[in-house]
Amino acid sequence: MLLVPCPHCGPRNSADLTLVGETEPRPDPATTTPAEWRAYLYEEHNPAGWCRETWHCRLGCGRFFVTERHRGANRFRHPPLGASAGEPGEAR
Amino acid sequence: MAPSGSGVAQAARRRARYPARYSALALLRRGKRPWPPILRGGELASSYDAVVVGGGVHGLATAYYLASNWGITNVAVLDKGYLGGGGSGRNTAIVRSNYLTPEGVAFYDRSLRLYERLALDLNLNVMFSRRGHLTLAHSDGALRTMRWRAEVNKQVGVDSEVIGPGEIKRLVPALDVSEAPRYPILGALHHPPGGIIRHDAVVWGYARAAAALGVETHQSTEVLDVATSGGDGPDGKGPGGRVTGVRTSRGDVSTPVVVNCTAGWASLIAAMVGLRLPISTHPLQAAVTEPVKLFLPAVVVSGSLHVYVSQTDRGELVFGAAVDPLATYDTAGSLSFAEDLAGHVLQLMPGLGRMRLLRQWSGLCDMTPDYSPIIGPTPVDGFHCDVGWGTYGFKAAPVAGEQLAACIATGEVPELIAPFTLDRFAAGRLVGEKGAAAVGH
Repeated sequence: MLLVPCPHCGPRNSADLTLVGETEPRPDPATTTPAEWRAYLYEEHNPAGWCRETWHCRLGCGRFFVTERHRGANRFRHPPLGASAGEPGEAR
Repeated sequence: MAPSGSGVAQAARRRARYPARYSALALLRRGKRPWPPILRGGELASSYDAVVVGGGVHGLATAYYLASNWGITNVAVLDKGYLGGGGSGRNTAIVRSNYLTPEGVAFYDRSLRLYERLALDLNLNVMFSRRGHLTLAHSDGALRTMRWRAEVNKQVGVDSEVIGPGEIKRLVPALDVSEAPRYPILGALHHPPGGIIRHDAVVWGYARAAAALGVETHQSTEVLDVATSGGDGPDGKGPGGRVTGVRTSRGDVSTPVVVNCTAGWASLIAAMVGLRLPISTHPLQAAVTEPVKLFLPAVVVSGSLHVYVSQTDRGELVFGAAVDPLATYDTAGSLSFAEDLAGHVLQLMPGLGRMRLLRQWSGLCDMTPDYSPIIGPTPVDGFHCDVGWGTYGFKAAPVAGEQLAACIATGEVPELIAPFTLDRFAAGRLVGEKGAAAVGH
């Protein structure tokens, strides 16, 4: 069992939440190229280290939130305040 | 493409070239003298014609077919652990070809045909047990998918048929086909060519046969970086570049061809040449019971109950499940998996209530958005991929190795793997196999 730190509910069992995926800036549909859009849809960083992720607290508060998880060790840390979305964890 | 001639004649030629070294006579002749080492290893050479990253069944098959079909023998297979220590030794050893798309069916059918004569080719008993494969349907929707798969299979020439509960009971008496369970069995897709193979034997067979042809295998050799020049990104990496060598934990080697045959680490190896793959890594758990008398004559799969089960020749039941929903590289097992598994298996076969699980383990699965693999060339010249094998990599190893070897040797993408190249994502021609490749949907 993995405890996910929901900023609203506190720690919850990961079975209560859905991992939406890696947090990536969405390209502007009006100006993006098809290649950029496909890359946004499909490509992943998939690091074995820190990764910025969006979670959905499905069975709890229903909110979406962004946090950082170490995908090798399954530890969480909150992203620093004011950090822009889309920078993946650098540590590998 | 593969050289002409029937499989049997080809194997006979190969046997004449590489006579059996292990026989009762050889054992007597040798007496107490030690056997010579089988694998070629030792120091890394300074350059190779091709470097294969990942010493699992896919990497070894690719190296073997490069050497045997195309005469490219100056090849090194690198693995940071030991041969067959990843997905090759962790899968549930099931082979089948009853997929959903015509591309998928043709591809996996070729793999099954290679598996059928693999023992002959490799001169090693891989214990192929062609016992039939049943995919159970517990709902009208599932039954519809089974019919769809059966029709696609027959179109491509693969033996699959939808059967009813009576026939299922005749094939596998241990199954509960009554109306009593929460999800009664309505029918099944019966696929007689499916079965199980000793997965370790396949790894050892490919390793031994490749070594006999001159391929080097280097275990405990981690790839730290892939040297690339001319690309768009920093250090000459990224699309448009070309591979020049590999930096390993045991020194640098130069090579024009790097083949990424990893599972679980595919994204990290691809990142070394500046590529991002449409892959996220999930663990998949499996478990095995204590051995009992043989009672399960076929492989039984239930998508709705997220379980597949077969009985080994030793009598153990081997269970597999869906991938864990969370993307992670953590392979720790969980109690919730064992509980869910036991509950689901008891729905199918209530008679197993007193059997005990001996152990559980997990392996890493590289999941792609369309549940099909990524094989072939990439935007980085010389960097080939054989990744994204999700939960279905073992059954495809021979065909993937054979076709990728052809792709590397000729520079052209063979027809069988053309649907599965990396550029399908940018082009928007996905090969949706979720309905037939996974049990967790």
